[in-house]
Amino acid sequence: MKPIFMTYTKKDLINLAVCMVLSVLIIPTFIKTEYWYTSILIPWLCLALATIGQQIVMGYTGQLALGAAGFMAAGAFAMFNLILRVPDLGFVGSLIVSGLIAAAFGILFGLPSLKVRGIYLMVATLASQFFIIWMIDKFGWFKNYDSSGIITAQDIVILGKPFTTPLAMYFVCLAVTTILTLLAMNMARGSTGRNWMAVRDMDIAAESMGVSLLRTKVQAFAISAFYCGVAGALFAFCYLKSLEPVAFDIKLSFKILFMCILGGLGTINGAFIGAAFILLFPVLLNAIGNNVFHGAIDATIISSIEQVIFGLLMIIFMIYEPLGMAKLWENLKQSMKSKLSSSGIKGVKSPVFKK
Amino acid sequence: MANELLFFMEVLVGGLLAGTMYSLVALGFVLIFKASATFNFSQGAMVFFSVLAFCGFMQDFNIPFVLAFILAAFLMVVVGLCTERLVLRPLMNASEDTVLMATIGLGYVLEGLAQAAWGVEVRRLDLGIGDFPVPWIADNLKLFISALDITAGLVAAIMIIGLFLLFKYTKIGLGLRAVADDAGAASSIGIPLKHIMLLVWSAAGVVALVAGCMWGARAGVQFALVDLALKALPVLIIGGFSSIPGAIIGGLIIGAVEKILEVYIGPFFGGAIEGWAPYVLAIFFLLYRPEGLFGEKIIRRV
Repeated sequence: MKPIFMTYTKKDLINLAVCMVLSVLIIPTFIKTEYWYTSILIPWLCLALATIGQQIVMGYTGQLALGAAGFMAAGAFAMFNLILRVPDLGFVGSLIVSGLIAAAFGILFGLPSLKVRGIYLMVATLASQFFIIWMIDKFGWFKNYDSSGIITAQDIVILGKPFTTPLAMYFVCLAVTTILTLLAMNMARGSTGRNWMAVRDMDIAAESMGVSLLRTKVQAFAISAFYCGVAGALFAFCYLKSLEPVAFDIKLSFKILFMCILGGLGTINGAFIGAAFILLFPVLLNAIGNNVFHGAIDATIISSIEQVIFGLLMIIFMIYEPLGMAKLWENLKQSMKSKLSSSGIKGVKSPVFKK
Repeated sequence: MANELLFFMEVLVGGLLAGTMYSLVALGFVLIFKASATFNFSQGAMVFFSVLAFCGFMQDFNIPFVLAFILAAFLMVVVGLCTERLVLRPLMNASEDTVLMATIGLGYVLEGLAQAAWGVEVRRLDLGIGDFPVPWIADNLKLFISALDITAGLVAAIMIIGLFLLFKYTKIGLGLRAVADDAGAASSIGIPLKHIMLLVWSAAGVVALVAGCMWGARAGVQFALVDLALKALPVLIIGGFSSIPGAIIGGLIIGAVEKILEVYIGPFFGGAIEGWAPYVLAIFFLLYRPEGLFGEKIIRRV
């Protein structure tokens, strides 16, 4: 396809326009209940952002990492301290700096990736998860010596205007997510992303082709942690509205891993699909439990069933479609297209030859 | 001075014995890794699943101890069979990372099933062995060492010797080693791959059950066992993924270092460094000896 604006094709611009119209115009006009914003849309955007971070390191660079929640915690608490101690920075400035602080942790704990891979790397990244949470928990300074353990997040103020209603917070999350998603897409398509994928597909081959492993891997970890850090800050400030290290435990890391894999490794839209699925599925299951069985099933049983289904899905996707839901969606579109074209135009129109 | 030395010894021995608990979990990982080069992330979930079923059989159905143990072991064989059939066989030609992801999924399934079947509350498991210092040792050597720790150490030793003999001297062991070396070549000379896999997964299940009993008797049978089992990962990195003695030595090192750090350095940082110290130790090991103490050197080619 011919690029019509910089390196974007017509299809990209249409997709962007549709997403923007949907999220900026249609959702705010039709969805009025606060529940949708506070419990679904805001966490969805935050977790999708964190999942993009996980995608960068795992889906694009092929490094098994399991510490996304740790970096999110680093970002969230950095944000809290920056707003508290350096108020001149403002919300946006603090958000960027807290992302950078998380990125510093990412570089530190990404260094083992130079020597090890696979499960070995996973253990090394687990260290970051446990270490960061422990550090925040044990040193009172990070929590401003608050003894209760749960700190209320400060209000979001941008350019002197407060953003405290659910709708306003949704727009904050939306703006940040949109900008970072576009950036991620650019990186993935540009030389940065090509290097990542070369390392993923065969690191030794990539190295002999002149791709610096040190640069590429550390870069991927840093950018991934930056995304997770920003996502963590948004997660704490817009969704939880409080800061506690427990919220960022290993379970959240696993959740993000699941979002990443079920959504589709190595795709940006997979991050959004995966996050939506993992977030909405329990809601759906609870609704079924309440409405169909009228609460006859215990809540703990429902959450156990949810876990079993996530696990089963993971296995099923690994066996039948390791590229996840994004690939299923792609296949669906492809088959629709071929059905439409074969009914109208004679001959098979293969997407490969399309210019 | 003598007292300080005695205290150090007590910390060290306590750490070493607690380390054998990690070794027991790590042993299950090694068994599967040795035979199929698959990293079974669900080993921790298997520990939780098996011991919860064991407790459930005893406490909910009032089945006697030995029978419940046999039933739980049989259940683990069934789990092994299902895993082989439904997860591993379809993934036979998939990459290592894909299989690893699938075992993470398997872990989720087992955790969920266990909780759906037996509930989420913490269960007490009484093995008839107290978690208190043995009087004889306390009197004669002036060391306070828990009876449960000693039992765990003995059980670990027996299992190691048993598995070592199995791998070294039996025909099954030879088959296992052949499969581990090259599954394709092994199956082409007539080693039944399916049976070997089933055997290994069942053995890992039973090892998980034993490890679960030890952990359960100490900390109660609860979901936290899964997180505890994660600590077997640094153990494996230090000992090497494919070595049974490595699992033991790695466990001992982790146990001892973790306790010593916690007692002597922990107080300066507000304690609870046990949570991450093993992982950081594992990172240092990775930097200097990525294949672990006893592991085989990994050679990668383009």
